[in-house]
Amino acid sequence: MIAFAANTTGLGDMLGHPFMRNAFVAGTAVAVAAGLVGYFLVLRSQVFTGDALSHAAFTGALAALAIGIDARLGLFAATVAAGVAMALLGHRGRANDVVIGNVFAWILGLGVLFLTVYTTSRSAGNGAAGVNVLFGSIFGLSTSQARFAAIVAAGLIIIVVAIGRPLLFASLDESVASARGVPVKALGVGFLGIVGATAAEATQAVGALLLLGLLAAPAGASLRITTHPYRALWLSAALSLSAMWGGLTLSYLAPSVPPSFAVLAIATGVYVMAVASSSVARQIDGRRVPAIGVTKTSGA
Amino acid sequence: MFAYHFMVNAFRAGTIVAVAGGAIGWFMVLRRQTFAGHTLAVVGFPGAAGAVWLGSSAAWGYFGFCGFASLLIAALPHRGGEQRSDESAGIGIIQAFALASGYLFVSLYRGFLNGVNALLFGSFLGITDTQVLVLLVVALAALGALVAGGRRLLFASIDADVAAARGVPVRTQSVLFLLLLGLAVAEISQITGTLLVFSLLVMPASTAQSLTARPALSLALSVMIAIAITWAAITVAYHSQYPVGFWIATFGFACYVGATAARHWNTRLRGRAPIPT
Repeated sequence: MIAFAANTTGLGDMLGHPFMRNAFVAGTAVAVAAGLVGYFLVLRSQVFTGDALSHAAFTGALAALAIGIDARLGLFAATVAAGVAMALLGHRGRANDVVIGNVFAWILGLGVLFLTVYTTSRSAGNGAAGVNVLFGSIFGLSTSQARFAAIVAAGLIIIVVAIGRPLLFASLDESVASARGVPVKALGVGFLGIVGATAAEATQAVGALLLLGLLAAPAGASLRITTHPYRALWLSAALSLSAMWGGLTLSYLAPSVPPSFAVLAIATGVYVMAVASSSVARQIDGRRVPAIGVTKTSGA
Repeated sequence: MFAYHFMVNAFRAGTIVAVAGGAIGWFMVLRRQTFAGHTLAVVGFPGAAGAVWLGSSAAWGYFGFCGFASLLIAALPHRGGEQRSDESAGIGIIQAFALASGYLFVSLYRGFLNGVNALLFGSFLGITDTQVLVLLVVALAALGALVAGGRRLLFASIDADVAAARGVPVRTQSVLFLLLLGLAVAEISQITGTLLVFSLLVMPASTAQSLTARPALSLALSVMIAIAITWAAITVAYHSQYPVGFWIATFGFACYVGATAARHWNTRLRGRAPIPT
């Protein structure tokens, strides 16, 4: 009880700390953007592309650090370029997974090179820089960095909502959409550009290696919970946001738990619960739960 | 170069790892399970970090976590073809959660921060004779399993429906293959680091598959390319200041780009459809 009381007073001061305020400002915007973009990413079965972009983010940030410029510049340049390039290489704005695999394995190799260059050429930099890029350091954001992240994320949210309808059409039925005059290829390329920018944003919050969870887990859970496209889209954003807030709070209360882990753990927990409840519901109903973009063939 | 015992061990370990990676990666690319392969590769990181944190040998962590994760991926709803969004979301979540746990273990085990880069990016140096022996045993076991079940696995990978109709247990094959992949990846990542396993799995295999459509030839080619890349990378890394992982990825990517370009040029020259991969 004493520990609990201490925690509640701690919770009251939480937003009194500038670093927590910055984390919440950036985290909120990034989480909503990642939830919205992630929904389309899962719907279009492009999670692997998101994985590749997370590695591009690592390489971009370290390249910028090795050259000595702002890491964010390298981050955005690398992820947006990698996203657009993968879209252009593939058929109708979707890349083949073997192509993606080869490209990002090499990008990662380059990242290792830049890490070596950075750690050997600058005495100030050490292994921790690489670790920060890989696993994020949301508590280390300055006010201006947090504001910048929030503005970019808000812009991404507006773009996704604006192109949401045609993108949904193109994602659910590419052939019909293309027959109806929806620019499927351009949407695919543009979408991966947006995913790239979102990946760069999320790298600042949870790190290059963990942003995949922020993109995939809330979206995967919301696709399990509802089949209604717009409801699922906003649910995905809401789940992502609650994982972010919950994770930041948890990490504040238990300082030995890194914030990126706390965020990811909550997001994963939500996904596991969604999967469990949807399979229980299916067994009770004795029929398949129809879900958009979700196929099930297990005999249960 | 071979006067140093550690370089001899690096070459031994590299060769073992390349043979296993080239052979198992070939099936991985054929089965379009690159995402699963990459996720299994990454799962080695929390395994090793957790094992070190608990004070046991990292090798147990690698094998334990990779084995468990391959069963988890096998349990995900699976169907081939275009619509696999649910499966890929599941794999992505497993991957991100595994990495997050790895980060948690690392931060719980204070002062380990410099070890992170070694875990993620590996090191060919300082491999002991015992490690080489363990690698050899595991690789032989994995390759033995592949030789024993290879034909049926090939059948099931190329046409799952027909194979199922002919009585091949496709589902069991798929689970066993994922376990084998997990084993191979756990082994390779002890040398190359968890982030670079993937280059040895995917690059030689996709190069070989774009060069020839004949299964046996392409499998052999994949193993040979993997060995060549590894040997070249270790040699160059020995003489340069840059890490071996970078050279493996670069040589592998060069092979892949070369093979793809050659194939396009060839098909354009002959004016027929490209070989399906």
